[in-house]
Order: sequence, then C-alpha cells, then structure tokens
Amino acid sequence: MVPIDVIAHIFDRLLPGAAVTVQLTVLSAILAFFLSFLGGFGRLSKFRIIRFVSAFLVEFFRGTSLLVQLFWLYFALPLLGLELPTGLVGILALGINYGAYGSEVVRSAILSIPQGQTEAGIALNMTPGQRMRLIILPQAFRTMLPSFGNLLIELLKGTALVSLITIPDMTFEAKSMRTNAEEYTLQIFGILLILYFIIGYPLSLLTRWAERRFSVGRS
Amino acid sequence: MAWDWEFTINEVLPQLMEVVYITISATLVAYLVAMVWGLVLAFARRSQFRPLSVAAYWFVQFIRTTPPLVQLFFIFYVLPRYGIALTPFVAGVLGLGIHYSTFLSEVYRAGIESVPKGQWEAATALNFSPVQKWKTIILPQAIRPVIPVMGNYLIVMFKETPILSAITLVELLGKAQIIGSETFRYVEPITLVGIFFLIMSYGASLLFQRLEMRLDLSKK
Repeated sequence: MVPIDVIAHIFDRLLPGAAVTVQLTVLSAILAFFLSFLGGFGRLSKFRIIRFVSAFLVEFFRGTSLLVQLFWLYFALPLLGLELPTGLVGILALGINYGAYGSEVVRSAILSIPQGQTEAGIALNMTPGQRMRLIILPQAFRTMLPSFGNLLIELLKGTALVSLITIPDMTFEAKSMRTNAEEYTLQIFGILLILYFIIGYPLSLLTRWAERRFSVGRS
Repeated sequence: MAWDWEFTINEVLPQLMEVVYITISATLVAYLVAMVWGLVLAFARRSQFRPLSVAAYWFVQFIRTTPPLVQLFFIFYVLPRYGIALTPFVAGVLGLGIHYSTFLSEVYRAGIESVPKGQWEAATALNFSPVQKWKTIILPQAIRPVIPVMGNYLIVMFKETPILSAITLVELLGKAQIIGSETFRYVEPITLVGIFFLIMSYGASLLFQRLEMRLDLSKK
C-alpha cells in the first residue's frame, strides 16, 4: 500500500504543471479558433489564388505531424536566426496545427447550409457580408460546435507533447518527478492520467451534449 | 546557417532512409492492434452482461480523453517495475494501438448500428447461428460504409508515430534528433522528416479517396 501522503505530495507537485497545461490549452485554442475561420473562409474565397494558398497551408500543417512541427520550431528555427520563447513555440505549433484541422470543420459546416438560404438572402437584397453574418454563420456555427469540442479534447491531449520541448506542463513535471522517485512511477503516471481525465471528461460530456442539443429536428 | 544540400543528400537522407521501415512497420502493427482490440471493445460494449459493457465504456472514455504520450510513458516505465519489460517498439505499438482502438471501436459500433433491423430479423428467421449471422450478414454490411473512416485513422496513426521517439524508439524523428545532436544541424533532418510525413499522408489520403470512389460506397 502506498501511504496517502505520497499521493498528496504527487498532487501538490503536479498542480502547477496542470495550470500550465490549462493555460496552453486555452491560449492555443483561441489561436486555433481564429485560424480555423481564416482557413475555412480562405478555402471558400472567390479568388482562386486565396483558395489555393489556404488549401496548401491547411494540407501542409495537417500533413507534417504535430511533434515534427514542434521540434522544427524548437530546434531548427533558432539555427535559421529566429529564437522564439519556448512557451510561444508551444502555443504556435498547437494553434496552427489544430487551426488547420478546424478550418475543415468551418468549411464543411458552411457548405452544409442549403443553397436556398443564400438565395433567400439575395432575394432580401442583403450584401454578401450580411448573408454570411446573419444567415449562414448562425446556422453553420451550431454544426461546428460538436466538432470543435472534439478538436478541443485532441488539443488538450496534444499539449502533453510540449513536455518534450521542456515546457513545464503536467507531463514534464511528472517525468522530472519520476527521475528522483522511480519507486512511485505507477502512482505518478497514474495520477497524471487521472488529472488529464478530470480536465478532459467534462469537455467530452459538453461535446456530446452539444451534439444532442443541436441535432434536434435535423436528420 | 544556410541549407546545405550536400549534407542533406549525402548524410541526412541515407540515414533517414535506414529507419523509414521502423516508422512504417510501427504504424501497421499499431493499426493491427487497434483493429483487433477495437473490435473486442465494440463487442464488449454491446454485451448483455452489464459489468462488461460498463467496463468497456469507461475504458474507452478514459483512454480517449488522456494523451497517448502519457499512456506510452505508462506502458514503457511502469510495466517493467512489475516484471514486464517491453522493447520500445513493442511498448510503442501497444500504446498507440490501444489508444486508437478506442476510436475504432466507436467506428465499428456506428457501422454495426447502421445495419438495418430487417437484416438482423432475417438472420433470426433463417435460423442462423450467432457466428453465421455476424460473419455472413452483419459484419460485411457494417464494415463497408466505415472503410473511409478506418482509412483516415490509419493516416492519423501514421502521423502520430513521431511520439514514439519519446520512449527512445529510433524512428524518423528520433533519428533526425540524433543526427541533429551529432552535427548541430537540425534544420535539414527535421525538415526532411516533415516533408516525408507530408508526402506520405497526402499521398495516402488521395489513394483512399480513389479507393472510396472505386468501392462506390454510396451504392447500397
């Protein structure tokens, strides 16, 4: 049996890391959210060149693997003369990578709105901006929510990777704690997993709620 | 520090080519683990025996909301303390495979539930044994519509293999890091690894799109 104070001690040590994990998740989620719309609108642009550039960027950032991007920004970019603070590297890589995935969500949600809605907007003499803001987006946004929820959980899990570029998140703290207390490896990683679950499970419940809530009356 | 083509072609590329097979075989073996364990989870979840289906539910929820990297650490560092020492490759494919089995089990479930009720009733009416029913009626119809999603998870898992470098498996990214620390040139190796992943995953997604059209999945 493990004395209770060992577990309490592990908790104490991991909590500052948990704060870093949550911060990283929130900040990169905000960045990813903006990039999702930028990319999604870009891929639906009237102009061929903008469509092409955004499609290329989206495929590029989805295709090159998150950890490779993190390592590139952390190891390679400084050698090219640009040294970013490590925390910023984490936020940028996570935000850009999940923003690329999010842009597909935005694009498909906008495309899922029936043509008749756009036509109704034209008939009412609305400008393209008004049509998007008042007719298309409010409807498309509800379809996006469940997918955004799932991406947010993926993003939370993705933050663990920043421990590999020395950002002191939960996983980093757990790993460094383990080097001095190998006999408690099970407890340390066990509690670490549980902490991720405590943060992630409410998000997954919320996502499922949104899925049910917004699919009412739709087939 | 400019890009050095000679270094890239003569040193980095050959060294990376040596370990490409590790990345690819890790992906395929992990995918196999995920397909088999995912099917087990899907059946466990459907079981009439409630403790089993509840256990499967919480297993899936827990594994899919926690990071695969931490699960890998758990398998790689905790199990040896209890007498089960695994090589990085085995620990890696087990960790990745189990993580994605929870996603595939949901995919199977969706496929099974998409088989119309009449098909189940027909199997019963024809007095099929459970094995006959699943083998000849339900599974062939359940798997076909989910093939695109399954293909997508293969690509997702492929792109996730670089995290195996964190448990000391020398796959592409691990090798790139080694080259970098030996030569103090990180730009070329890591860039090449990124390009490799881009080409492979984009190529695979085009391939799956064509396959999808060939199978004509919209046709019932």
